[in-house]
Amino acid sequence: MRAVCWYGTHDVRVVNVPEPKLLNPRDAIVKITSTAICGSDLHLYDGVIPSMEEGDILGHEFMGEVMEVGKGVRNLKPGDRVVVPFAISCGRCHYCEHQLFSLCDNSNPNAARNAKLNGFSGAGLFGYSHLYGGYAGGQAEYARVPYADVGPIKFPEGLTDDQVLFLSDIFPTGYMAAEQCDIKPGHVVAIWGCGPVGQFAIRSAFLLGAEKVVAIDNVPERLRMAEEGGAVTVSSEEDVHEILKHMTGGRGPDACIDAVGMEAHGSTYDVVKQTVKLETDRPYVLRQAMRICRKGGTLSIPGVYAGFVDKIPFGAAFAKGLTLKMGQTHVQRYLQPLLRLIQDGKIDPTFVITNRVALADAADAYDLFAKRRDHCIKVVLKPHEIPPPEEVARATVRAPREGETEEEVAFSVPRSKRLRRE
Amino acid sequence: MPTVKTKTKSRAAVTGNPRKKVVRACTIRRSPEELFRFWRRLENLPTFAKHLVAVTQTSDTESRWVAKSPTGHTVEWDALIINEHENELIAWESKPGSEIQIAGTVRFQPAPAGQGTEVVVAFEYVPPGGRIGEIIAKLYGEEPELQVEDDLMRLKALMEAGEIPTTEGQPTGRDQKNVRRCE
Ligand SMILES: NC(=O)c1ccc[n+]([C@@H]2O[C@H](COP(=O)([O-])OP(=O)(O)OC[C@H]3O[C@@H](n4cnc5c(N)ncnc54)[C@H](O)[C@@H]3O)[C@@H](O)[C@H]2O)c1
Ligand SMILES: [Zn+2]
Ligand SMILES: [Zn+2]
Repeated sequence: MRAVCWYGTHDVRVVNVPEPKLLNPRDAIVKITSTAICGSDLHLYDGVIPSMEEGDILGHEFMGEVMEVGKGVRNLKPGDRVVVPFAISCGRCHYCEHQLFSLCDNSNPNAARNAKLNGFSGAGLFGYSHLYGGYAGGQAEYARVPYADVGPIKFPEGLTDDQVLFLSDIFPTGYMAAEQCDIKPGHVVAIWGCGPVGQFAIRSAFLLGAEKVVAIDNVPERLRMAEEGGAVTVSSEEDVHEILKHMTGGRGPDACIDAVGMEAHGSTYDVVKQTVKLETDRPYVLRQAMRICRKGGTLSIPGVYAGFVDKIPFGAAFAKGLTLKMGQTHVQRYLQPLLRLIQDGKIDPTFVITNRVALADAADAYDLFAKRRDHCIKVVLKPHEIPPPEEVARATVRAPREGETEEEVAFSVPRSKRLRRE
Repeated sequence: MPTVKTKTKSRAAVTGNPRKKVVRACTIRRSPEELFRFWRRLENLPTFAKHLVAVTQTSDTESRWVAKSPTGHTVEWDALIINEHENELIAWESKPGSEIQIAGTVRFQPAPAGQGTEVVVAFEYVPPGGRIGEIIAKLYGEEPELQVEDDLMRLKALMEAGEIPTTEGQPTGRDQKNVRRCE
């Protein structure tokens, strides 16, 4: 099968690999119909997450059709359509029982190694480094899904892939980020980062009753999408601290969400320190949020941090009695409630999709997303679809050579000419 | 704690072998009874202890252990259960004259608020010199605590989730590095 593999910083390739097999009784094999590239994948792409190995299959936002189940899986059968949560959770440990699925004790085969770094290990994650289990990811034609009896969610007929795909990660992530803010009537929530996570955080904050949401970024089309979601926007190039202070009548936002994470732009100091490896993460947004947050407020951090940060104004957080909440999303906890919101028409997650491409174009899609080229905000890959014939016909620059299949010709077309954004 | 490295070994050859001690604890959501019963059937140990190939009980208190290092060398020894309290503790040691001198205990104590059982494993061994010394060093790696913790986590996963997490046998593009990208 074809899979998107990591070979180093800014080096991902679509290569042929063997198909996955059932390895444990509670496994399922899923034929992937849709999969997405996440901002978290960009941290891997940029080489700032440790313990990646050459050839690792990427991807943790995926869904598809169940092909095969192990003998421990009774709730699924071949043919079922499922969305798969990005965190792998056993469903039986202390943390899973307490709905803290991304902290699962049992799903990471490399937990002891991870614990040496972090004290204790979180759950295994699909396609997200060996410290998080080294599991093959879902940017591929097929994937093996462990603990398939507790993770994947079936969904009713009539819903399209695009409507439910983001239940795998970014919708629950944005929702949990907002939920952690403990929003009360009148609350103003400031959200840094208008990438897909920020976008879902904005909409979730409103669903949870926020009075006002202020969204911060410097990418025009992302700010525009934030406004469409009801947010007031501020450019990160401006004096964010002062502007937020004025906008909140001098109080500061009741809650702040860092939906940017370890690769924030805006601080040369951090870029230099990260480059020379004196700092693993660039916490520019974290610092800003900590300083501007209202007294007694909450700082909710869905943005990923992986190591050490520098010059964090911890005294400010202490002085103001802030509450800090963070971590990988407990996706399984949100699947049913958020599916219901989609079914009830309270939200249509497809708004965030800007690019749909074939799996073979993944390398280009990473570049597109990383450089925010072509107004790219969210890329969805379709592993089993080849470009529609008319697109191919338009784009094909040469006739098929002898012995070449139609598919091969399709994929030999220059990337830039295939399946453009509609 | 010093690790079992070549350096230690060469020093040991001069000064006499110091004993190594490893202690690790883990909370498992099962009763002390269940865990005791599982562990006391020593044949079960290789299902979660990575370096053990087989443990065969030869009498109620005697057993034969076969372990394998990552390099494929095997080492065997006989062990004796020297102390046992039902549902609480098992202690064993290698018989005098064995290739390996090793002694271990495992305790099972109820965790607070029904969180299961605290399993505490402690063992001591004398890193021998020569060929066996090298094999032992490889068995427990350079970080014996990590190995034991790994084993305990595998036991925990097996008892709680019914299976040990693994990625062995999954696809990877590791060998595809020089292969033409499929486009
Ligand atoms: N906690 C979780 O479980 C979880 C799940 C998914 C994603 N994430 C993380 O959430 C973060 C966002 O993900 P995404 O998919 O939206 O990524 P993304 O890269 O598309 O979006 C990040 C956005 O932050 C903006 N940004 C950068 N520096 C900024 C600054 N100084 N001020 C304001 N905005 C700034 C960028 O312009 C970009 O639009 C990432 O760190 C990702 O790893 C976490
Ligand atoms: Zn993600
Ligand atoms: Zn669990």
